[in-house]
Amino acid sequence: MTNEEIKQSVSALFPGVTYDETGEFLTILISPAELRPVMKALRFNKEYNFDFLFCLTCIDWKTHLMMVYHLLSRKHKHNIVVKAKIADIVNPEIETICDIWQTANFHEREVYDLFGVKFINHPDMRRLLLDENWDGYPLRKNYVDENMISI
Amino acid sequence: MSLLGEDIVTEEGEFVINIGPQHPSTHGVLHLKVWLDGETIKKVQPHLGYIHRSIEKMSESLSYRNFIYATSRMDYLSAHINNQACALCVEKGLQIEAPPRAQVIRVLMAELTRLSSHQLWWGCTGLDLGAVTPFFYAFRERELIMEIMEESCGARLTQNYSVPGGVMYDIHPNFQKRTKDVLKQIKAKYQEYEDVLTGNVIFEQRTKGVGYISPEDAVSFGCTGPTLRGSGVSCDVRKWFPYDGYDKVQFDEVLQTGGDCYARYMVRIGEMKQSVSIIEQLIDNIPDGDFQAKTKMVLKLPKGEFYQRVETARGELGVYIVSDGAASPYRIKYRSPNFSNLSALEHMAVGSKIGDLVAIMATIDLVIPDVDR
Repeated sequence: MTNEEIKQSVSALFPGVTYDETGEFLTILISPAELRPVMKALRFNKEYNFDFLFCLTCIDWKTHLMMVYHLLSRKHKHNIVVKAKIADIVNPEIETICDIWQTANFHEREVYDLFGVKFINHPDMRRLLLDENWDGYPLRKNYVDENMISI
Repeated sequence: MSLLGEDIVTEEGEFVINIGPQHPSTHGVLHLKVWLDGETIKKVQPHLGYIHRSIEKMSESLSYRNFIYATSRMDYLSAHINNQACALCVEKGLQIEAPPRAQVIRVLMAELTRLSSHQLWWGCTGLDLGAVTPFFYAFRERELIMEIMEESCGARLTQNYSVPGGVMYDIHPNFQKRTKDVLKQIKAKYQEYEDVLTGNVIFEQRTKGVGYISPEDAVSFGCTGPTLRGSGVSCDVRKWFPYDGYDKVQFDEVLQTGGDCYARYMVRIGEMKQSVSIIEQLIDNIPDGDFQAKTKMVLKLPKGEFYQRVETARGELGVYIVSDGAASPYRIKYRSPNFSNLSALEHMAVGSKIGDLVAIMATIDLVIPDVDR
């Protein structure tokens, strides 16, 4: 499907979503509440068939956090980026998608570890890279490391 | 996560052991906690972070020229390909392209890197499964490639040869002759590789039918590279999303449908031959011209997001740069192939015997600094 066709058919299913076409891939902006229905449709609808979640990450924009999901369909060879804005920066929460793509399990744990986003219904929500007792979330922009020496 | 003080035997009678972080078969500081029923694996839990350096955080305070050097320390066996991915991503942001000569040099170096990486993997796989000879055979040929690297790039392992706009300096005058000599030697040794390991009865018994993963699961786990191609799924980034002129060379994507350790092994063996074929096509056809495009002293990417994927020796490496217009990235994410491949380890290993875990780890070809970053 071309980007235009994806836009039309996604809009028919989810009228609330907005689009951003400035980047390399078509980007869908959704609210966290819509995440699971949108992701399930993108994964299981035969016309989309996005079977490969190749990148899952988070961006700290200081005022809010942005979850970014990069998807590829091996069958139709189209890409899409889904972004969900988390407004609550103190206790960020979003639903897990690791039952839809199993790779999300580790990637979500990494995001939890480095950004502090809690994934609701994740089967194993522990830190992945850092120690359990680590204070703070290093990839947040307001993270201060007391041990860091500037040269 | 505390490991001391926990019961070694669980209530269900399962035996809990720790493999690593200091264990020869984990090829680095990977720590696996394994639940066993007799010798059968019930559960595997990887504990990561022993070599976590937060390269992503570091990159946020480095310039677009400097952050590339940190990436050599991720997957140190495909250091050149990591550098290439970053250089390509910055070039995408700057909307420039490396000159044809630089592109061909990059591809040549990338394929030499892939060849040397697969050779090291081949030797270590043999070592993991109890065959010591392959290790020496593999390092014999790998050393020749390392010398080519040293001559042209100035370093054997962490080359840092790719820069935004091309390569750092031109190839050494000896490069073409030396590479051709080395290829001739390597091709003569293929049969030795096959004889010593591929057809070996013990090796076949240790790998055939071990660590099976179905194509659907492998895609769902985000596996890429030889791990996914061993399950018969086409995923070579060089074919799917060609970069640096990979669409102009002839090569086959090696696929095996077995989904087990042996299939993944055969994919890498096949890839070595394909890499040699790519180098042979290009070595006499390096175009003349500049080896680096003219760029400004201080690189600034326009506001926006840029994603570049390349095929490293282990799978798909993605570099995701978010720029706010400044001289260093606002956020950078490395989608490393080993991280996703490792997440499928438990799926492959459950139900196998403890000895097979080593075979599975060997054929996923884990490099731990790439997992931890």
